[in-house]
Amino acid sequence: MPSENSPIAGGNFPLTRWSVVAAVRSDDPAERVRALDRLCDAYWKPVYKYIRLKYAKPPDEAQDLAQGFFAEVLERDLLSRFDPAKSRLRTYMRLCADSFVLNEIKHAGRQKRGGDAVHLALDYSAAENELDKQTIDPATIASPEKFEEFFEKEWIRSLFSSAVEDLRQLCNTRQKEAAFALFESYDLAGNNVSYSQLAEARGISVSDVTNQLAWARREFRRFAQDRLRSICSTEEEFFREAKALFGGKF
Amino acid sequence: MPFLSDQALARLRNLEIAPDLSGTRYALREFIARGGMGAVYLAEDRKLSRRVAIKVLDAADPGGQRADRLEQEARILAELEHPGIVPVHDLGRLADGRVFYAMKFVEGARLDQFLAGLPSLPERLRLVLRICDAVAFAHSRGILHRDLKPANIMVGAFGEVLVMDWGLGKVLPRPSRQSPAGEAGPSGDVAPGDHSEDGLVVGTPGFMSPEQAAGSCSDLDERSDIFSLGRLLEFAVKFPVGGRSAGLPLSRPLRAICDKATKPDRALRYPAVRALSEDISRYLDGAPVSAHRENWGERFLRFYRRYQPAILLIAAYLLMRTLFVIYSRH
Repeated sequence: MPSENSPIAGGNFPLTRWSVVAAVRSDDPAERVRALDRLCDAYWKPVYKYIRLKYAKPPDEAQDLAQGFFAEVLERDLLSRFDPAKSRLRTYMRLCADSFVLNEIKHAGRQKRGGDAVHLALDYSAAENELDKQTIDPATIASPEKFEEFFEKEWIRSLFSSAVEDLRQLCNTRQKEAAFALFESYDLAGNNVSYSQLAEARGISVSDVTNQLAWARREFRRFAQDRLRSICSTEEEFFREAKALFGGKF
Repeated sequence: MPFLSDQALARLRNLEIAPDLSGTRYALREFIARGGMGAVYLAEDRKLSRRVAIKVLDAADPGGQRADRLEQEARILAELEHPGIVPVHDLGRLADGRVFYAMKFVEGARLDQFLAGLPSLPERLRLVLRICDAVAFAHSRGILHRDLKPANIMVGAFGEVLVMDWGLGKVLPRPSRQSPAGEAGPSGDVAPGDHSEDGLVVGTPGFMSPEQAAGSCSDLDERSDIFSLGRLLEFAVKFPVGGRSAGLPLSRPLRAICDKATKPDRALRYPAVRALSEDISRYLDGAPVSAHRENWGERFLRFYRRYQPAILLIAAYLLMRTLFVIYSRH
């Protein structure tokens, strides 16, 4: 559950026990667009990077394919065919992306999308920058299983990045920038420092470091869970996914 | 949006989520360790101004069984009031609903760390005897530990030995829950945990008995802990003193005690912890141990070692006397 002052609670998308899968099927066009936003938020980077790598597409072509894929999800109501009992949503999305790209390659000459097609404003340069920062050895990712692992990891990266951004906004709203700075330094950057070194550097007690980090981690976990819940179709799927994501600590 | 490296992703997936102790009398200080189902933190009891260790459920628990087990662990500790068993102070729930209990914060060293600075064999054996005392007491209350290993033994700053982590503790069925003196066991307020299901392997490889490794839980008895104590005895003797590569040699009587305690067939093991303790004590006193049949040479050697000062004195006296007689004749 998002906390009362969460930057995403009470925002333009109801999160609590809300399934994006159901919202995409809604009769209300505005709700469908919002749902697609959330779906894209979680999946566009994994899908884009996956197309770039697996199909060795140049950036402009991969951008067209990613845009086309999400437009197809909405236009052809692909989520209505998703059965949570049979697979996980991200597996379904990856398979749909594969199917879409293969079809596009097969009908390479067909007219490009335009006119009424849904167009999403996505920051592809950020995704390209991320790909540059990642060390990807083509030899190690050549098998289909490795591409699946890659897609899964990118999905987690996308989810966690959004949760970190939520946390940053929350810290700004509550004047807890110091807590975010600690979280960034200790948990994100992974600087090999102890709590006492952090405390000394910031002129605070070790207990303060412990408490501020504990708070930031709890909030991060809550945001990650909220976002995860919103892109799961059922509570059972959410518990399954959360357990896979956080292991025994969920 | 920040880019998260693979290392950052791994850290975020394994974050230590410190418990929110607001609403309790405790203030969080720092993380100490993580066990199978709980994490242990150092906290301060604000009412009594003392440090305590807080164990909090920290694992998925959709069915609530783990919470039940942690509560059971706290109740087991509450029943076992003994100087060799860490005392529990409090049991409760956090604001997020997780079960926790507060216990004495033990300042000291783990058994292996302590042994590294303890070169004396008799001291090591006396330490094992204190572990045996605590376990024998638990058995007299109808409770098995089932996870006796060096990591679960703490030696305090004043040499006190504490048996920790009763999370896998098993409450024996009622008929066995009698003390040797015939004193009635604790009332049935401690329910057997779900670890008591057959097929579930409970314990730590290297220290758990063959019957535990086979997953037979329902018919475990005191002899499973005796097996672990035998392994602990061997560990305590053989553990190298700091800086050396080898520990102390295991003499034949000590080897026999370890072998008897760790027989694969539990019918051949010591029937009770007290019998094992008595054998260790007899060895310490230089008396014959029940687990080993001595030959004449060993018996003589043991006799000589036990009465060495007196034998040397008598020998010296006899030698002097002989020399005196020879001298006076000449």
